[in-house]
Amino acid sequence: MNSPVLPQSLKTNPQLERWVRFNADRTVTVFSGKVELGQGIVTAIAQIAAEELDVSLARLAIVPGDTRCSPDEWYTAGSQSIEVGGASMRLACAEVRQLFVEEAARRFEVSAAELRVRDGAIELPGTDLATSYWDLAGEVSLARAATGRAPPKPSAAHAIVGKSAPRRDIRAKLSGAAYVHDMELPGMVYGRVLRPPAQGARLKTLDEAAIRALPGVVGLCVSGSFVAIAAAREEQAVAALEAARGAAQWDDSPALPEPGEIASVLRALPSTRTITSSRHTPGAGAAVTRREAVYSKPYIAHASIGLSCALAEFTDGKLTIWSHTQGPHHLRAQIASVLGMAESEVEVVHRDGAGCYGHNGADDVALDAALLARACSRPVLLQWTREDELAWSPCGSAMVVKLRAGLDAGQRIVEWQHEIWSHTHIKRPGWGEGVNLLAAWHMDPPLPIPPPKDMPLPAGGADRNAVPLYDFPAHEVAYNFIADMPLRVSALRALGAYANIFAIECFLDELAAEAGIDPVAFRLQHLGDARARAVIEAVAAAAGWKAGAAGDGARGMGIGFGRYKNLSAYCAVVAEIEVAEKIRVTRAVAAVDAGQIVNPDGLRNQIEGGIVQAISWTLKEALQWDRERVTTRSWEDYPILRFDEVPRIEVVLIDHPEQPGLGTGECAAGPTAAAIGNALWHALGVRARDLPFTPERVARAMP
Amino acid sequence: MAENFTLRVNGREHAVRAEANTPLVYILRNDLKLKGTRFGCGQGNCGACTVLIDGKPVQSCDTPLWSAPGHEITTIEGLGSAEAPGRLQQAFIDEQAMQCGYCINGIIMSAEALLREKPAPTDAEIAQALERNLCRCGTHPRVLRAIKRAAGETR
Repeated sequence: MNSPVLPQSLKTNPQLERWVRFNADRTVTVFSGKVELGQGIVTAIAQIAAEELDVSLARLAIVPGDTRCSPDEWYTAGSQSIEVGGASMRLACAEVRQLFVEEAARRFEVSAAELRVRDGAIELPGTDLATSYWDLAGEVSLARAATGRAPPKPSAAHAIVGKSAPRRDIRAKLSGAAYVHDMELPGMVYGRVLRPPAQGARLKTLDEAAIRALPGVVGLCVSGSFVAIAAAREEQAVAALEAARGAAQWDDSPALPEPGEIASVLRALPSTRTITSSRHTPGAGAAVTRREAVYSKPYIAHASIGLSCALAEFTDGKLTIWSHTQGPHHLRAQIASVLGMAESEVEVVHRDGAGCYGHNGADDVALDAALLARACSRPVLLQWTREDELAWSPCGSAMVVKLRAGLDAGQRIVEWQHEIWSHTHIKRPGWGEGVNLLAAWHMDPPLPIPPPKDMPLPAGGADRNAVPLYDFPAHEVAYNFIADMPLRVSALRALGAYANIFAIECFLDELAAEAGIDPVAFRLQHLGDARARAVIEAVAAAAGWKAGAAGDGARGMGIGFGRYKNLSAYCAVVAEIEVAEKIRVTRAVAAVDAGQIVNPDGLRNQIEGGIVQAISWTLKEALQWDRERVTTRSWEDYPILRFDEVPRIEVVLIDHPEQPGLGTGECAAGPTAAAIGNALWHALGVRARDLPFTPERVARAMP
Repeated sequence: MAENFTLRVNGREHAVRAEANTPLVYILRNDLKLKGTRFGCGQGNCGACTVLIDGKPVQSCDTPLWSAPGHEITTIEGLGSAEAPGRLQQAFIDEQAMQCGYCINGIIMSAEALLREKPAPTDAEIAQALERNLCRCGTHPRVLRAIKRAAGETR
């Protein structure tokens, strides 16, 4: 018999005891490497575990992202937490349940199939024969590798999965301490970092004695251009930071390119061209008309509402860091390497932070805190400033996308070329070589900024979703990879999928208009995937899409569609907009097929949030810089969507309980941007191809 | 120079000793251990640190300590607890109006000020009351529903 293929997390962490533990107080603890980022994943994974173990949610605790006990599940990223983390937890719990039921069956001298599990009790129905996970915990060893051979429950038997369990973390967050920012340890002091004033600045002089003499200052760590200050009280740390900012002298040289339109900035940087996907189906019709268009997306900030923060403590030569990182195990390895410690001497414990939407300063601040805690021999709670959050944490890479299509005499697309100019879209600690932590690049001696390496297809980085899902007989995807990273870039929600889907879906509307075919009909003509067709048809029906309806010069409706990564959830969005001085999205309707749905309300929440965030990106957001520095330093420089600008949102869920669950956290971004772009054309007859659609941009695109 | 101050927070008197210009948010979080008030930007732009002073919503990150004595300060802890949530907290639980939740307590404080003034606000009045609050996760539709729900329960 062949071994079943285990999901990646279970391959990496096969021991069942790494996933499930039965406690003496008749509770269960499950351990997950997937962490809460505000996406509700801890609630959903708990539902999966409770379902397979047949225990109530109230009896189950979950420990996410703790290197002392949780499995190493890579990062909580890429919409993989249900697909991989959930699938691993499901198989592990199904196998644990089977082991216990088999042990009970041996004792009762019955077949396992006759037994049932009810909230952890294992019973022979119709008799008083009963035991439990806890009664048998001493007999059944979980120090064994998962085989993946225990079949999970069929979806028809689900009582917890598929229902909207309330968020486990909501009550604590709505009332008091709940985040890493809120932690305190005995003797703890407060830390701040003085970052260089410009991207290429190096520290020349700092009067350390003067800083140390400031009220409350208990520690100062100066190494190269890395400066961190600890004080007994938080306001003293802030005051000392400002004093140090005034006193420090820096060498400065321009490190950033001349600012300008993204389309020209990126294409002026050196790049290496690779064909990352191509297909040619012999016998396809010849193109008789061709069209080309260029789209662009700026650098975008993660812009969490909470600042990056970590708590670090050394005790007996061991370092413990409490962090809102997305990858505790990777962070542990990177910090151990910077500090010259063994990995076994460093533990990283996840504590919730504000939503990150990708790789922000969460990992960097953990190293900052560790360096300062080592320097002042006290536990340090270190928090960034808003200015540094915008100027120094990684941002989402800018992109240029050039599309060319050829249509045959029957108005069908027969040729398709998708060409990208961009940087890497992932530069997380532990991704590729070297150390990807800011302080390590500023210390003396500095560690080199490791060479970038983007994520390859099929998931893709810049070319995520560049391969068309439509049935084009021929396509080619070219990626002009820009190795330089003048602005620090890394993973932002959806990576390249946001710009690629925006470009593809807007270009399809351009081609449809040229062909005189309704945009929904034009898409369906080129789409054989039944699930893709179903979300497009569902969103059109829910939105009241009318083929051929004209915009009225101020209002318009547009559609966008994508299957995230061409592997995860299907999502189609219709946006209605009104254009006066600025664009206002008045209504957004989405249809989503995520396979088996674990928590319908949690899924809706992710889609609603994804749509709102994408509207904000699409209408407002772009980081600004000059030759020396990122000039975006506050919320005043970086407006995001506000409460009076948010549309009515409707989400249609298409449930496929018989199908594997598909990741949804990032699927709405590209379709939303495209729907707005297409609605703008519908309203005004204007093709806006450069994001964001600010009033100035839209005015410039007017004929 | 640290000085002594007496603050009235959530109906109780507290003695604190700190520099007069210390932002109120640090006093609430670090001295009084009222961690439900979040620090967001320190620039008065995001509303995460919103508390009520004499019923009016203010950003505690740009409110100096010296200005607070003699006034009634209300934080999220003054509205309810995890075990016994207040009406707005309960409405946010009922609507599951949270993603990361970091902005929410500031939003609830702005909404509390609104509902004290206008028990049955219009949609436009709710949006207006939240003009100084930012949310990055996109929880806005649920937040608006939750505030309307809380308002409905007071009618």
